[in-house]
Amino acid sequence: MSAVADRYSEFQDLGVEVLSMSVDSVFVHKMWDEHELSKMVKGGIPFPMMSDGGGKVGTVYGIYDEDAGVETRGRFIIDPDGNVQGYEVLTPPVGRNVNESIRQVQAFQHVRNSKGSEALPSGWKPGKLTLKPGPDLVGKVWEVWKTDMARD
Amino acid sequence: MYHVSGGDSMAEEFKPGCARPTGGPVGSEPVKEDAVISLQDESMKGGNKSMIMVGKKAPDFTAPAYHRGKFINVTLSDYLGKWVVLCFYPGDFTFV
Repeated sequence: MSAVADRYSEFQDLGVEVLSMSVDSVFVHKMWDEHELSKMVKGGIPFPMMSDGGGKVGTVYGIYDEDAGVETRGRFIIDPDGNVQGYEVLTPPVGRNVNESIRQVQAFQHVRNSKGSEALPSGWKPGKLTLKPGPDLVGKVWEVWKTDMARD
Repeated sequence: MYHVSGGDSMAEEFKPGCARPTGGPVGSEPVKEDAVISLQDESMKGGNKSMIMVGKKAPDFTAPAYHRGKFINVTLSDYLGKWVVLCFYPGDFTFV
């Protein structure tokens, strides 16, 4: 969570509120923030650290591991209408890539601002080519978009 | 130096008792200390393990939270009108 906290100002600049959740109690969250996370990120965790003891919320989101009694690494992007635009779920040993979360937020915001008139091809990030789906583009994507554009 | 979270103004602070504060999906039984929570919606019980759908509503919930020195209750629907990144993780004091 410190990696997300480290990029918190970028999320805020994008108008994004961050919320974290685990099965730990709010008392343990406080201790973790004070004793460890605040040593990794100046000021500690700036967003609400929520508690889901029993995994009821995680179960509804499909990421609670009942056998282990913990939530897996599920990351959900929710738009201003309350709709889930994307999620990524990893098993515990591997951390997320915050860059990718930010890129996806930027992409979904771009689509929303275009009122759905633009689509973003693989590997899109701000500044890269967007596509405007329509009858003229059918079968012609190959003329305007090349696979190497998907690379960083 | 961080921006003040928009969540500050809408969240209600609470005083913790001896039990661990818990929350749950909005619409389920209210959370009481020392109470056993029963979920009203069958789909929220262990039997249904299906993933939620992208493009569909994020399930609403209320949960206790630690935020900058205070204990508050967070309700997801209070964030309507804003983008939200919701991050679950396995546990405090784990290594990743």
